[in-house]
Amino acid sequence: MLTLVVRRLALLVLVLFGLSLLLFAWVRALPGDPARALLGEKATPAGIAAVNERYGFDQPVWQQYLTYLGQIVRGDFGASINTGEPVVTTFFERFPATIELSLAALVLAIVLGIPLGYLAARRRGGWLDNAVVGGSLLGVVVPVFFLAVLLKYLLAIQLGLFPTSGRQDARIDATHVTNFYVLDGLLTREWDASWDALVHLVLPAIALGSIPLAIIVRITRASVLDVLSDDHVRTAEAKGLSRAVISRRHVLRNALLPVSTTLGLQAGALLSGAVLTETVFSINGIGSYLFDAVTQLDYPVLQGFILFIAVVYALVNLVVDISYGVIDPRVRVS
Amino acid sequence: MTGVSLLDVEDLRVRFQRKGQPATTAVDGVSFSVDAGEVVGLVGESGCGKSVTSLAVMGLLPRRGTSISGSVRFDGTDLLALSPSELARRRGRDLAMVFQDPMTSLNPVLTLGRQLTEVLRAHTDLDRAAAKKEAVELLGRVGIPDPRRRAGEFPHQLSGGMRQRVLIAIALACSPRLIIADEPTTALDVTIQAQVLDLLTTLVRESGTAMVLITHDLGVVAGTCDRVNVLYAGRVVESAPRGELFAAPRHRYTQGLLAAVPRVDAPEGTPLHPVRGSVNDRLAWEVGCAFAPRCAHADAACRVPDIALSGPRPEHTARCVHPAGTPLEVA
Repeated sequence: MLTLVVRRLALLVLVLFGLSLLLFAWVRALPGDPARALLGEKATPAGIAAVNERYGFDQPVWQQYLTYLGQIVRGDFGASINTGEPVVTTFFERFPATIELSLAALVLAIVLGIPLGYLAARRRGGWLDNAVVGGSLLGVVVPVFFLAVLLKYLLAIQLGLFPTSGRQDARIDATHVTNFYVLDGLLTREWDASWDALVHLVLPAIALGSIPLAIIVRITRASVLDVLSDDHVRTAEAKGLSRAVISRRHVLRNALLPVSTTLGLQAGALLSGAVLTETVFSINGIGSYLFDAVTQLDYPVLQGFILFIAVVYALVNLVVDISYGVIDPRVRVS
Repeated sequence: MTGVSLLDVEDLRVRFQRKGQPATTAVDGVSFSVDAGEVVGLVGESGCGKSVTSLAVMGLLPRRGTSISGSVRFDGTDLLALSPSELARRRGRDLAMVFQDPMTSLNPVLTLGRQLTEVLRAHTDLDRAAAKKEAVELLGRVGIPDPRRRAGEFPHQLSGGMRQRVLIAIALACSPRLIIADEPTTALDVTIQAQVLDLLTTLVRESGTAMVLITHDLGVVAGTCDRVNVLYAGRVVESAPRGELFAAPRHRYTQGLLAAVPRVDAPEGTPLHPVRGSVNDRLAWEVGCAFAPRCAHADAACRVPDIALSGPRPEHTARCVHPAGTPLEVA
């Protein structure tokens, strides 16, 4: 197990190196000129030259890359061209909002998806099964931003059941320790702050979680149907075990293997899908910041943020692989 | 039968009905009985209803699309009349089953020890530690070397023969009074088959457990069973004590089966004697003898509905209009 982790981390370093190269090239291939984007319409040639010199854009690209590589090895990801804020600082300010939202969406998808998928499989062909299969199709098909706007309009604006935007009511003077607002409230025992942050998360989490929910439901259902016809389930029945024990220990546990694989893939989809949800609900996560960075051609921010996201994505998948080994002993040995 | 049997299967019928398809009758009035401590064989070729019979007795057939009639009396109680949970309480404790394919019959993600202790814990008062101890002991009893270590291992770490031993240990765990073994050696290497069969019969004989041994292999029956029931097209066509069945088969199908067994000591080039045709060429029992289309001795007399089991002695009966009278007359 330890060798697996070490090997994967070593591999991650290689992947990041390759990714940084690709990113560097890709960012520079974007149409437009960063200095022009920064200075706006009335830029003078002298001003542009000054900006280019300051950020090293006047040097050959390969030299820029080597400089950049040297910096990131030392942990320096540069500063935003727009705001002058160090990339790392902004990332850790904004990333908690995105993580909080993604986690809420994922938890929602898991907590609803696995039981629904299981019940649908057990009552195959019944009304619940039909509803779940139909509903999950709808979940995959409806675009996230459309669902987000719809939820916001109906439940927040029309019915006033939920807040329309943001992460927390501004009137609550909450202390922020980790920038995970729900967690902060718990840490500082400001329960109302925690609750308010949670209520703010409901609609964005539903919008963002709809696709992973639909996928988890479908995979769980298919996987449970598969396991139900396995010989070992019949053995369990022949042992005279109770229905509950058979369901939990011999069906659901085995059926979760393929589900856990998808979770890793979904984590990536959540992080990128968060951009749209964050925009609709005005959440100051990395999504909206990244969006601005693209339009402003803010090279350091783009490069830094995408690298960080890649690291998170890789780590999540490592965790999934480790958990896979915990559930399935056959993976553990090989 | 006499009514003192441990297991008494009477006129068992199983029909499968799938949406939009005609119903299939897999078991068409099977009757047989097993006395306490007795080893009874159910023999027949693929599709004759052996496995479905055993699953029906255990109550393991899917409920949807299946209709079962007749009676399965175990120790006086009709198992078919029990509720699913009442039946579950008896399964594993009073009657247990060993399945055909050891490669897939164990749960791949649970340790062997766990798969043993869970049946012990479900049916006995043993606490966790005692169940664990008992599980290791059971593994030792079925000939698993180093049982303490093996108890912590997973199925994929064992060979097929070893896994079948574990399944036997699971079946024997709660000292049931009846074990149904459905082709317990078919999926194993030939070299292992005899070992596993020996183990199974020895343990069953030692503990006085009755066993229904389901097989298509007459060689398996010859070495183990007290009595043999030959199944054809969902009915018992011949029932006899083992020795008599081999020495003097009465039904033409049984005769054909025996003749079809290749002999190692036969001179080279001796042709094989397969039973002609397949199980699919058959009459409905309501029309006549189901075996008639494949039988060399069949004539118009065989087209009588519902031929009864009959014979000179109640221990040896056959469902045949033209039974073989002399021993080893090859059809």
